[in-house]
Amino acid sequence: MTLVNAIVQGVLLGGMYALFATGLSLMFGVMRVVNLAHGDFAVLGAFFALVLVDSAGLSPLVTLLIVVPGMAAFGYLLQRGLLQRTVGASPLPALLVTFGLSIVVQNLLLQLFSADQRRLQLGSFETGSFQIADDLAIGYFPAVVFAIAVALLVGLSLFLRRTQLGRLMRATSDDQETARLMGVDSRNMYALATAIAFATVALAGVLNGVQTNFSPASGPTLLIFAFEAVIIGGLGNLWGTLLGGIVLGVAQNVGAWIEPAQQVLAGHLVFLLVLALRPQGLIAKGAPV
Amino acid sequence: MTGWAPGGVLLDLVGVDVHYGDFQAIYGVSLALAEGETVTVLGANGAGKSTLLKAITGMLPITAGDIRYGGRSLHGIPVHQRVGMGIALAPEGRRLFPSLTVEENLLVGGHRARPGPWNRRSVYELFPLLRPLRKRPAGVLSGGEQQAVAIGRALMSNPRLLLLDEVSLGLAPIVVKQLYAALPAITASGATVLVVEQDMRQAMAVADRVHCLLEGRTALEAQVSEVTADQVANAYFGSITDAVS
Amino acid sequence: MTEPVTIRRATTSTRVSGGLLVLGVVALAMLPYIVVPSQVFGVIDLLVFVVLATMWNLLAGYGGMVSVGQQAYIGIGAYGLVYLADQVGVDAFLAVPLVAILSAAIAIPVSFLAFRLVGGYFAIGTWVIAEVVRLLTVQVDDLGGGSGLSLRSLSDIDSKLRIAYTYWFALGVATVAVVATYLLIRSRLGIALTAIRDEPTAAASNGVEVTRVKRIVFVVSAAGCGAAGAILALSSLRVQPDSVYSVQWTAFMIFMVVIGGVGTLEGPVVGAVLFFLLREWLAQFGVIYLVVLGAVAIVTTLFVPQGLWGLVSRGRLRLFAVGHTVRLPADPNPTPPARPTRP
Repeated sequence: MTLVNAIVQGVLLGGMYALFATGLSLMFGVMRVVNLAHGDFAVLGAFFALVLVDSAGLSPLVTLLIVVPGMAAFGYLLQRGLLQRTVGASPLPALLVTFGLSIVVQNLLLQLFSADQRRLQLGSFETGSFQIADDLAIGYFPAVVFAIAVALLVGLSLFLRRTQLGRLMRATSDDQETARLMGVDSRNMYALATAIAFATVALAGVLNGVQTNFSPASGPTLLIFAFEAVIIGGLGNLWGTLLGGIVLGVAQNVGAWIEPAQQVLAGHLVFLLVLALRPQGLIAKGAPV
Repeated sequence: MTGWAPGGVLLDLVGVDVHYGDFQAIYGVSLALAEGETVTVLGANGAGKSTLLKAITGMLPITAGDIRYGGRSLHGIPVHQRVGMGIALAPEGRRLFPSLTVEENLLVGGHRARPGPWNRRSVYELFPLLRPLRKRPAGVLSGGEQQAVAIGRALMSNPRLLLLDEVSLGLAPIVVKQLYAALPAITASGATVLVVEQDMRQAMAVADRVHCLLEGRTALEAQVSEVTADQVANAYFGSITDAVS
Repeated sequence: MTEPVTIRRATTSTRVSGGLLVLGVVALAMLPYIVVPSQVFGVIDLLVFVVLATMWNLLAGYGGMVSVGQQAYIGIGAYGLVYLADQVGVDAFLAVPLVAILSAAIAIPVSFLAFRLVGGYFAIGTWVIAEVVRLLTVQVDDLGGGSGLSLRSLSDIDSKLRIAYTYWFALGVATVAVVATYLLIRSRLGIALTAIRDEPTAAASNGVEVTRVKRIVFVVSAAGCGAAGAILALSSLRVQPDSVYSVQWTAFMIFMVVIGGVGTLEGPVVGAVLFFLLREWLAQFGVIYLVVLGAVAIVTTLFVPQGLWGLVSRGRLRLFAVGHTVRLPADPNPTPPARPTRP
């Protein structure tokens, strides 16, 4: 694999990371909550899809029709029922509760599915690729994932900018108390934001489960990648999240090209570098989300 | 469904107490607004004026007494349901949504709009200075422009009861005058207006009745036409006996 | 001129408990003479838990910084001890305080990076840093790569003696950790911490150097976790990267502090004891015990935020004299200590 190839793969991988980062970024933007169980819920989505694939013989992409709305509903209920109680001045309760959820989800999955590595099979589409040049190939699946990521970001951006509901969500994120004066029930708005976040995380989890192996213990790694993408890109900007994902993906792949076992470490080091030199991220702060 | 009270009492505060934790901010205040009236609540900083508005909007619970609106008690009705009943607030300090444009702020204000004459077009007619600023993020506007947006945003819900909290705060007198010049058009559309102010002269120029608060208590209540500026000033600053004479 | 107002730190309960705690430590020191070595191991674990819980609470409960990456220093401490003892030739036991200093030294530059983040992102940031430390450690052949290191320099000491020494050092570290935290909280730094926790902007404008105070807390917490890691290495004679750098340590720390009571000195100790007892009983259920731990932590955070100690003491009883009692002149009834505010 040439360096160019590594970079291209890294860019495409960035699309996947952007998918993960979007949910994390949305929940923080609207509710100032960092969901430490974010990665574990992605894995939960992947296992949900796995169950559907094994029991009903569905294709992983078809399971999305069930998994995404299902996880969205679950996220809505989780926020209304549990996480809403952590809303308040101190960030401590939300962090403790989401960390607890992370432990619970991981170990429940471990109990139900064992620690084996799993994969969602898509067949030949998964491994096929466009041959661009002699030594440059673009995989079908990674390209599709990148396209989905861009489409999601465009959709979310349009939702937030052009719809009344999106406006209300941005207003709630700016000033929850004043939004209430305008008739916005913030509990509902928060739960809606969580539902959207969970929908994206489910999407990301299933797609990731096709691209790589996953197991109950995979959650924390996904959380860390999502987080690194958000911080590298810059808080408060959806497109920054895509850029952050791309930078992370490229850093990891170039790192792997230099030294195959150091993929993840390379990403961490680039993240720390950005944190040290440009802590506000590559794109300066725009609107809260 | 709130009661129809043409010329009757729309808002009725009866013996209201409000506490911030252990600290009492309002002591047994009673105030009644007839439909269509413009009443001003005056007082110095800390007199309890904004606290009163917070109690009316439900942002603060009352610890004694009752607040009745259209004949019905507001007790237990959450904040976000009150705008649908026709109570709208232009908050102290404007509290615009900074990342939203002027137009988007108005649209959010119209979220639970009741039927009525106020919409974006009529708000821009009321405050023509806003039309060229429509796409501007609200956070970069000047104080006067922000106040116009705040009032416009409150109007977008077509309120029966419009609450204005310290419109004059931090603004030059000429700007304040321009803003209050919009009030007749607002009352002409049928709204009852409660003006909370520190600027005594400006408030009394637009109000039918004046209610003065001093350290959380009613110090004066009178028709504007029947009271002198000195009497009000005394009540405002604390010579209660003079105000009552 | 009337009598001046006096301010006392100690109350009856703190005097009583202070005496009892000293007696307790002395009694605990006798343990190796009374009990078989295998049981001493258990108490060493308990002491390590006390240290970890106290340090995590110092950082999160008092400092307001939730870290999910303290395992970095546990690992640094464990690896540091084995390296100093085996490769550098320092006496294994004397290496314990050295390793604490090493952890503190590493925490200082780390804090400059970590403090660029706040709240939840700070938490994940500390986790990333822990992961980086782990990945870097595993690179170094001298540190045993992926399979870890064994502590060899104690192999010629009689095992009963080694266990006794390890125990006494564990007791020492635990006592120092708790006493140091007590002194820190009792000092002006402690008041600064409460001010920062309540209202950082106001604190800063009143001259509190918020970042410096937070850095001190961050570094002390790292030192304590490092010492705990060293004790773990002494106790098990082995360091393995996946176990010593595991985020599960954070899960344990969170559980102990939440159950015991965040933001008090007594809470983490109570939590550590409870966790120690529970662990024995729960281990038989396999992986489900972690689910139970997580669920209990969630429920406690939401419904019993003051923790077990908070329930028992109702915010009034104190075993450590960190409060202030104001006695007005000619007032036989001094005002009771203020209720500690929740973080």
